[in-house]
Amino acid sequence: MDAVLANAARPRKRLSVLPGFGLTMGFSVTYMSLIVFLPLSTLFLMTARLSWDEFWGIVSNDRVLAAYGLSIGGAMVAASVNTIFGVIIAWVLVRYSFPGKKIMDGLVDLPFALPTAVAGIALTAIYAENGWLGQFLAPLGIKAAYSRVGVVIAMILVSLPFVVRTVQPVLEDLDAEIEEAAASLGARRWASFLRVIFPTLLPAILTGMAISFAKAVGEYGSIIFIAGNLPGKTEIAPLLIYLRLEEFNYPAATAIAVGMLAVSFVMLLVINLLQAWTRRSSQT
Amino acid sequence: MAGGGATLMAGMRARSAAGRVSNQDAIWFKWMLISLAAMFLTLMLVLPLAVVVYEALSRGVGTFWKAAVDKDALAAMRLTLLTVAFAVPLNLAFGVACAWAVAKFRFPGKSFFVTLLDLPFSISPVIAGMIFVLLFGARGVLAGTWVGNWMAENGIKIIFAPPGIVLATIFVTVPFIARELIPLMQAQGREEEEAAISLGATGIKTFLRVTLPNIKWGLLYGVILCNARAMGEFGAVSVVSGHIRGKTNTMPLHVEVLNGEYQFAAAFAIAAILVLMAVLTLVAKSIVEWQAAREFARLANAEGAQ
Repeated sequence: MDAVLANAARPRKRLSVLPGFGLTMGFSVTYMSLIVFLPLSTLFLMTARLSWDEFWGIVSNDRVLAAYGLSIGGAMVAASVNTIFGVIIAWVLVRYSFPGKKIMDGLVDLPFALPTAVAGIALTAIYAENGWLGQFLAPLGIKAAYSRVGVVIAMILVSLPFVVRTVQPVLEDLDAEIEEAAASLGARRWASFLRVIFPTLLPAILTGMAISFAKAVGEYGSIIFIAGNLPGKTEIAPLLIYLRLEEFNYPAATAIAVGMLAVSFVMLLVINLLQAWTRRSSQT
Repeated sequence: MAGGGATLMAGMRARSAAGRVSNQDAIWFKWMLISLAAMFLTLMLVLPLAVVVYEALSRGVGTFWKAAVDKDALAAMRLTLLTVAFAVPLNLAFGVACAWAVAKFRFPGKSFFVTLLDLPFSISPVIAGMIFVLLFGARGVLAGTWVGNWMAENGIKIIFAPPGIVLATIFVTVPFIARELIPLMQAQGREEEEAAISLGATGIKTFLRVTLPNIKWGLLYGVILCNARAMGEFGAVSVVSGHIRGKTNTMPLHVEVLNGEYQFAAAFAIAAILVLMAVLTLVAKSIVEWQAAREFARLANAEGAQ
């Protein structure tokens, strides 16, 4: 209440009492322009040099479509796996106390700190036919390394933290009283989870899932080690861009990238909408 | 914060949350979930760390050491350190300036500007590298223009050279520190700085004496995350590097080159050094979270006592 009165009483001019707006804003905009916007603008310039037929010819090629399919399909599977285990991990970290909990909490952020090349070389060593886990999977007829399974495993690793870290704070804020009320009214554990807890968590879960997907769909470093990179089979879209650039075929690289960016921008939009929904539903 | 992930504020909450123990869940259910979580994290995260350390040391410490002090490996370490030495301070300066403008002032288009800040997080690292090739590459936008000709005449090489690696790394790490500071400085408001200014302090003095102590943990946290990503970036750097041994290979790229040459012992030796850096990053991050949570609790207690 005091704050509201203070704000109302304060003349508007006081907003500009602090110095440095021109300097900091000018520096920020210049920096962003030089580092981010200017390089990004080349994408539009290069795309503009392509006719629609040329663009479509590149993008609708079988090899390109297979690569898109693997990147998008693999990312969907990875995001789904991370959603299931992410909710479990967030639940365990918020609701229970057990030895090693702090280590588990810290470990979740490992993918932010671990270089993707290291993740890639490590997963390949584990899942190769003579690897720690690969040797048990091979007799079962499961080829994990150098297959689509390997692509998905690498995607899971790099996008692991996002669902945990979006669900965790919402679960912490969840009012215990609502649950207790539901319980005292005779709701059973599962009913109270499905009717009370799950709907509150849903926006955060979907946000985390979308961020997970966005990260996995563009992933490159860890995947190229484990994928085997067979054209049309285990070749991801970012690798195809890399190969076209290596051949100095900039138009083809640009066209494939524009297709991927379309997916990224849709995801960015979805994530922003979901985050607005998360804020709304956690405020009420 | 698409793709941003870790923030100090979220980390602090996790640290300070006393761990509300739910005694409503059956004990078997509790331990089943804990086991599932532990199994998943062991499989996806602990095992990869273990396999790298095992592979690096299984052929003896001598082999490891020989690979680590190899001429090309040392060149890769130098290039990685050089890249970090540019990317972190520049993005720190940008982060502080950007957070000051965004958090302490109102201006039209602010939320749009903040959304644009996330762009480097939301595009594929390969595309991040690609745009610099499209700009400076042999058949890029600048090739044949007066800028391109001037650069060619003066022997300025960006692509397949260290400047391209530095630029691509800066691009992918732009948002880290700004993203950390904006919510922190917004939450702290303007009152303290306004008081300092109205008492006659200069802008710089106000920032150093009033703002900086308030944001120091967030700043450090952003620097730690920015540093980890700058050291470990692969996709963006891979596109602009050209993989010239001893010249344009960073440590992660050197891992790929050695792996491709079936020099697994050497590849895992470099990977193990990067694993050590990642673990140190996590430890440093946790320490900052604890310190910040402790200080936050102390301030909250002091305010409560008044």
